[in-house]
Order: sequence, then C-alpha cells, then structure tokens
Amino acid sequence: MTRLTRWSAAELAARIHAQDITAVEVTRAHLDRITAVDPALHAFLHLDAPAALAAAAAVDDGLRRGDPPASPLAGVPLAIKDVFTTIDMPTTCGSRTLQGWRPPYDATVTRKLRAAGVVIVGKTNMDEFAMGSSTENSAYGPTRNPWDLDRVPGGSGGGSAAAVAAFEVPLAVGTDTGGSIRQPSAVTGTVGVKPTYGGVSRYGLVAFSSSLDQGGPVARTVLDAALLHEVIGGYDPLDSTSIDAPVPPVVQAARAGAAGDLTGIRVGVVSQFGGDGYQPGVLNAFEVAVSRLRELGAQVVEVSCPSFDHALPAYYLIAPSECSSNLARFDGMRYGLRVGDDGNRSAEEVMALTREAGFGPEVKRRIMLGTYALSAGYYDAYYGQAQKVRTLIIRDFAAAFERVDVLVSPTTPTTAFRIGERVDDPLAMYLSDLCTIPANLAGNAALSVPAGLSDDDGLPVGLQVMAPALADDRAYRVAAAYEVARDGAEGGPLAQRVPDLEVVGR
Amino acid sequence: MTAALMDYDEVLERFDPVLGLEVHVELSTATKMFCGCANVFGTPPNTQVCPTCLGLPGALPVLNGVAVESAMRIGLALNCSIAPWCRFARKNYFYPDMPKNFQTSQYDEPIAVNGSLAVELSDGSVFTVAIERAHMEEDTGKSLHVGGADGRIHGASHSLLDYNRAGVPLIEVVTKPIEGAGARAPEIARAYVTALRDLLRALGVSDVRMDQGSMRCDANVSLMPRGSSTFGTRTETKNVNSLRSVERAVRYEMCRQGAVLASGGRIVQETRHFDEAGGTTSAGRRKETSEDYRYFPEPDLVPIAPSDAWVQRLRATLPELPWQRRARAKTEWGLSDLELRDLVNAGALDLIAATVDAGAPAAEARSWWVSYLSQQTNSRGVELADLPITPAQVARVIALVAEGALTNNLARQVVDGVLAKEGEPDEVVAAHGLAVVSDDAALTAAVEQALAAAPDIADKIRGGKLAAAGAIVGAVMKATGGQANAQRVRELVLALVSA
Ligand SMILES: [Zn+2]
Repeated sequence: MTRLTRWSAAELAARIHAQDITAVEVTRAHLDRITAVDPALHAFLHLDAPAALAAAAAVDDGLRRGDPPASPLAGVPLAIKDVFTTIDMPTTCGSRTLQGWRPPYDATVTRKLRAAGVVIVGKTNMDEFAMGSSTENSAYGPTRNPWDLDRVPGGSGGGSAAAVAAFEVPLAVGTDTGGSIRQPSAVTGTVGVKPTYGGVSRYGLVAFSSSLDQGGPVARTVLDAALLHEVIGGYDPLDSTSIDAPVPPVVQAARAGAAGDLTGIRVGVVSQFGGDGYQPGVLNAFEVAVSRLRELGAQVVEVSCPSFDHALPAYYLIAPSECSSNLARFDGMRYGLRVGDDGNRSAEEVMALTREAGFGPEVKRRIMLGTYALSAGYYDAYYGQAQKVRTLIIRDFAAAFERVDVLVSPTTPTTAFRIGERVDDPLAMYLSDLCTIPANLAGNAALSVPAGLSDDDGLPVGLQVMAPALADDRAYRVAAAYEVARDGAEGGPLAQRVPDLEVVGR
Repeated sequence: MTAALMDYDEVLERFDPVLGLEVHVELSTATKMFCGCANVFGTPPNTQVCPTCLGLPGALPVLNGVAVESAMRIGLALNCSIAPWCRFARKNYFYPDMPKNFQTSQYDEPIAVNGSLAVELSDGSVFTVAIERAHMEEDTGKSLHVGGADGRIHGASHSLLDYNRAGVPLIEVVTKPIEGAGARAPEIARAYVTALRDLLRALGVSDVRMDQGSMRCDANVSLMPRGSSTFGTRTETKNVNSLRSVERAVRYEMCRQGAVLASGGRIVQETRHFDEAGGTTSAGRRKETSEDYRYFPEPDLVPIAPSDAWVQRLRATLPELPWQRRARAKTEWGLSDLELRDLVNAGALDLIAATVDAGAPAAEARSWWVSYLSQQTNSRGVELADLPITPAQVARVIALVAEGALTNNLARQVVDGVLAKEGEPDEVVAAHGLAVVSDDAALTAAVEQALAAAPDIADKIRGGKLAAAGAIVGAVMKATGGQANAQRVRELVLALVSA
C-alpha cells in the first residue's frame, strides 16, 4: 500500500498546495488502492478514474500557475454516497429502480465540492434509498467492513464509511436520517458527522425522509471532517429548509480542541442509553471514553432525557410516512426502471409492476408502514402522535443543554454485526439507530468519533457527541480533544490499525 | 344514454338546491409556484420544465413570493381573514401527469378564510356568496390520450404527457354551501363565477381565461326536499369551461337529480363531466370509497407567517374593485341604471373602463365593445372577456383612427387580425399594409401607372373634362386596396396631367 493513502486529508492538502506532491499522484494512489481492495469490500457503485484524474490535473495546473487553492481541500480525493445527484455519474440510491439513471443536474453538495477543487472519484454503496443499518439492502450487493469482511459496515452509508476506513479515500460525504453517517462511522472506526438540520443543503439529495435527512462528512480525523463540513455547509437558496446563517466555525473548534483541554466544558451522559441490549464491550469502551473526557478537564454529569425512550417508535412512523410520499415519484413514467409496458397495459398497471420490481423488501415495508400511518382515521394516532413525541424530544434536548454543553452516549448499542445476521429481523436492525435517532428528530448536531475497540470482539466502538442546533463547533471541539487523548493513550489513531486488506484480499 | 329529467319548475316546487362552487385560477406570475421556469401558456410540450417541476429525484421546491402575495391580495379582495400562520401539505395520489405523485397544496391550514363576494344578478338585486377559503396549490401537467374517441383515456392506445403546466401556481377559491338560491341557483352560479373573474382581472393576478383553462370551475349541486335542512347527496361536475356552461351544468344537475329522487332513486356521490355540446353531465369513474389523499404537512417548505404589516401593505395595493368601478362609471359616464346593467350583463363594463384607462375616450371605447366586438362574441359563442383582444389593444386601434392612420373600415380589419391572433394592432397594420396611404411617392407611382394605362382618359382631363379624373382615382383606389386617401389621389391626378 502506498504511504500517500495513509495520510489525512489535511496533510495531503498541505503537501499538494505546497507542490511537494501533485493532486494527480494523490488521486492515482487512491485509485490504485481502490483497485486493490474494492473487489473485497464493494464500497463503490461507480468509479470515474479519468474524471478524477482530470479534476486533479486541473488543481495541479492552477497551483503551477500560482493560483491560490480553491479551498483548503483542493486536490484531495473524495467519494460521494450514491444518493446525491451528479451530472457526470449515475445516481442509483442503491436501488434497482434508478439503475443507470443519470441526473441532468448536480446536487448543491456536489457543486460545492467541484467548486472547492475536491477530486470526486466515485459514488459509494448504500442501503436502498438510505433505508437500513447494514448496507445489505443495496440492490447491488452488500459492502463489507474493512475490520472484518464477514461483518457489515453499518448503514445506510456503509460504502462511504468503509471506503474511508479502508484508505480508499480520505474523505466521503454521507447522509444521516436516523444515524446513517454516525452508525457506520462507529462500526468502521471513522469520524462521521450529522450537522445541524439545515446546515448542509438537501438540494440534489434524493429524499428518504425530508424532515430528517442531512448530508455530512465522513473522515478519519475530526479535523478532516471539519474541513469537509466547511466546504459542503452553508445556506442554499434552493433548499427552503436551509439555515441562512454562517457555518459554525468547526475547523477552528477542531484545532482548538486538539490542544487537549476541556476545562469548564460540561458533558452530560444520557442515562437512557445503556444497560439491557447494549454489548458489554461497547459499554466498557464508553466508560473509558467518559473517564478520558473527565481527565481532559470536563465536568461530567448524568442527564436524563426520558422521551428519548420513545424516539425509535416515533422515528419509524415519521420517516416511513415521509418516505411513502417521497418515493411515490418512482413510477416508471418519466425516468428509471419501467416494467410491463407492452402496449396492452394501462399506466396504472405499469406503475404497479414497476414499483413491484424496482423496490426491495425494506423499502416496500416502509412505504406500506408510512401509507398506513398517514391514512384517514389513523393519522392522529400515528403520524400526529409521533410529531408530539418529536416535540417532547426537542424539549428534553433544550432542558439538557441548559445544564450541559454537550451530551454523550455510545453511538450504537453493539459493534458491527455479521452479514446476514439481522436481515430477517427488521426490529433488531432498527435497534442499531437507537442512540442516533433523537438528534435527527430534534434537528441538532451530533457526531461519532472512534472510541477504541470493544474488549469482547476487538471491533471499533463509537462515542457520540451531541450539541445544540447551530453549535456544531461544540461537538467538534470535544471530539477533537478526545481524539488526541485517545490516540495518545492507545498508541496512535485507531484508523491506522485496520487490517491490511491487500493481504486479506489475496 | 340520456338521463331522465324533471321539469325545472317541478324541481323547484319539490326541492331546494344547494350549491358549492370551487374555482381554480392559474396565477399569471412570471415563474412557476416552486421553481424558476417561465409560466407561459401555449409553448411546445415539455419546454418549460426543470428538475423541480419535473419532480426529479433530489429536487426541492422554493416558494414563489409573488404567488403568495397574489393569494393574499385575492383573500383580502374577497373580505377573507389572512391566516397569521399557514403552511403547505402534500396531497398524495398517483397520476402520470403529476410528476411527484403528490400535489403540493394547502389542506387544513389555508392562507385565507371566511370571506364573501357580493354578486349582482340580472334584475339588479345582489346576492352575497359566503367564501369558505382561498388556498394555494400547484397545477398538474396535461395528459393527451391518443387513439381513443374525443381524446378520452378510454380506448386510447397511448398517452402523451406535457409538464409545462406542472407547477403553475393555482389559487382555489371555495364557497360555503350556497343555500336559499331557489330558482335563481343557476344564475347565481354563473353570476358568482363572473364576479370572481372580474375581481381577479381587476387585481391583475390572472388571465382568467376559461377557454384556456386559466380559470376552471367545479360545480357541486345537491337537492333537499323543500323545508328540510339536511343537505342531500351532492355531485361534483367538472370540465365546466365557460360562464354559460356553469349555468347550464347547474340547471341540468338540478333536473337530473330531481328525476332520480322523484323516482325513488338515490344520488350517488360522484364526479360528473359536463358535455359542452349536449349541455348534459355524465358520470365519471365511480369511487367505491372516498379517496384518501393521506395529507400531511409538506416537509420541504417552511410555514408562511404573514405579519400584520405585510397584510396592510398588500391591502393598500388593492386596485379599484369591480363594484367600486361600477359606481364610478355610473357617475362619470352619466349612465342610467338600465344602461349600466346592460353593460354589466354584457360583461362589457370592466373592459370599457380598462380601455378608457388605456387612453381611449369613453364613447369610442363603449362603442367598440358593445357593437363590433359584441357581434364577434355571438358568432364565436364566447364571452366578451374571452375574446383574444385586450382593452389596451382596443385603445390602440381607437388611437390609430383618431390619428387618421386608419379608417373605421380598416380599423375593423385590424381588430379582425388581432382576434385571429396575428399580433398587436401595429403588427397587423404592418403585415397587411392596412394603414391609410398618404405617402405621395407611393401614390404618385400609382397615379402615373393608372394614367399610362388609360391614355385616352388622360387626354380628356387635359382637354378640360375634369370629371374624367374620377375614373383614374377609382383605378388608384382599387390598386391600393382602398387604403389611399382619395382626396389626395385626386389632387395628384390633376397635378400630374397638367405637368
Ligand atoms: Zn421548473
């Protein structure tokens, strides 16, 4: 494996901008790494090496002419979850129904990445339409976890997390509706951030659940995530739910946090997240993480958020309800898959056959759940009630943030489970997002940072840090401080300890 | 199949009709409701589309502020209260002309509620229609069914979809149940839609062209036994595309329902289609159960909370409304009650006023609308306001006559050209060379040509027979299609002969 792929995005960018190395060399090294390990991992659904090399060459040309870099990440390779539209690459959302669909427009996130000189190498695998916690719901086959190829990389953004964990790319973009950035990051030993809702434009993000979906960065270090956050974040007039406010100063916060001092920071441990159903090794790693925060000077208290107990059921009413409406457009009439159009069938029959063939079982399950929950006579009992729970969760967060600056919990109750283990048990699968869902329902910022390996199975554990809306920088500061302390105590970054897949793959 | 009909008078002896009118109006904003696409009628299919109005994966709506202001102005003009907080909802159902398979609309939180519209009837009396709500929504695309009869989906071999209209801003104005109308129910229905059309035109928010679909009316009709206060089952008649059809559809439904009820049958709650040619209604697809649209708040848009200041500012922009204009026209133009009512009934008053506003003298404006243009409505079977000519265009023609550029005869030809959609009056004049020819160079050439063609007549004139000049003048007038100024031609003939 070439050394270049082991570097962080910040290091790569500094060397590229100083013209010590070229963006083309960096891109080629990552493309070589993808060629070597992706057959075993299947993190990518689409690669575009010529386009990536051309984008890298353009960055090098500019630097040679003496132009300043377009952004602090100009020239750095990155992968995009296949849920953002890209004008030059297919966008499938991991679904049969969009196989080969080429959008006529770029998502705002895609556009910002291009404008920043970031080198887009390809699109990553995901659970179909971002519905799932294992990437097994992809119509194009599962992605494997670089820490153990028999295990899932989490989901729905398992492709992005695995690609970053396996050094295929230093950075990726994901989306988080109930934990789809944070949970895969936790189980692959990467950093994943769900920004404040409205912090990153959803224009061109194919909607699963509009009021919950949020794009965000995946990286191997907190600083890299912050650098990417500032590139993709910010107000977008094309997204009405986008926040018209400056991006919180997350890079500055990550740098400040790296000084390793959390004196005066009040950290709340959510008492609802622990106990039965949590893997002992995960709880042990979490305890160690909390004690490190204390050693960094933070005041740690326990905080109760009783309505968090109802977050999971509320989520499984709101998200499917919105999804049942958002996915109605996939009917074979205008784009994507069309089945049964033999000249004898009506449009309604073609729509039904297309949807039957185009969607996988989990997507159908959620469409049916949502259709039912929104039906006349059931709306108040299901959707209406779930929205009330949402309000209670927002209040619990507000009350908690009067007492503490951030809340912490394990990111997910268990480490990566085995491929196939939960496919027939949707409820067990849904529990993967138990700790991550409240931040989606409330819309505030949350991230997952590697918290070592579980002492029972040797797999990565994530520490979740939650901050108030628009205080994303607070979560970054705490995570960066923790990262430095953990790396120091455990002999270097966790990400560097991932098995050498080029050997495993042979 | 023709339905049995009860005699209208018998219907009224036995039943009280209850009406409910839902009028959809396309706003004439520059762009669509949720995207930047142009909002124009009649462009080639699928040329006014973008990711948002095509409902492409990932695309998001951004609300058109002008559409919101139009909705608020309509609400204010209808004496509605403007909701201090409202939002959009999704109305979910599958139909190929709807790109997202849901319509972004307003459901239980409309922008304007509880208004009224005073409607003047032909006998001069006024009936007040209570307005339940006015709400915003987006239009759907259009389906064109090919291969079946009459463009209906039944029997069609395939369908074509045009999404140019998808996402065009619509306002739906819904009345409260109209009771106590009795025999005047059909007339009230028509008068209400007319009054609403005039109001919207005065506000300048819509073309309100029923023939082009920018104003569409659904008529709900039910009957209840006289003296009862329990509403009967209603039907909803769609496809009512002219003012006259509104009246006919209501009357037809009253007679049809009367016959069904009198024979012991029951009315089926259904959508019916109005057949313009036969003046009848026919059952649409019958729904086994009422449609469940699974409404829920639109998560891609933020709520609208109009401030008092915003509402007051918009209230101040309300123009002279039709009833105010009527009062003013009566005094300023010195009309009698009867003359005013005739103009109102002919739908001419607002058009005349607008023509006057565009610079024409009141007498000429009135003359054009009540004579020549009224004749055109009779031959075309449309309302005056639906003629494809605007008050500004009429005012321009009047100005051209006043300048001497057009004779009255030429002016009618120019109006015909505008009605034939050949363009603006000046374009029609140019295209057909209709202007009065007073250009000496052109006339001199024509006179020389005529004199050369008839040397004997030229000699007679030289010989002092000035009356013979008339033949040359006639020839020139013929050659120029009657556009020459005859007096000037005569002068030129005499000048050229004696030269
Ligand atoms: Zn558009």
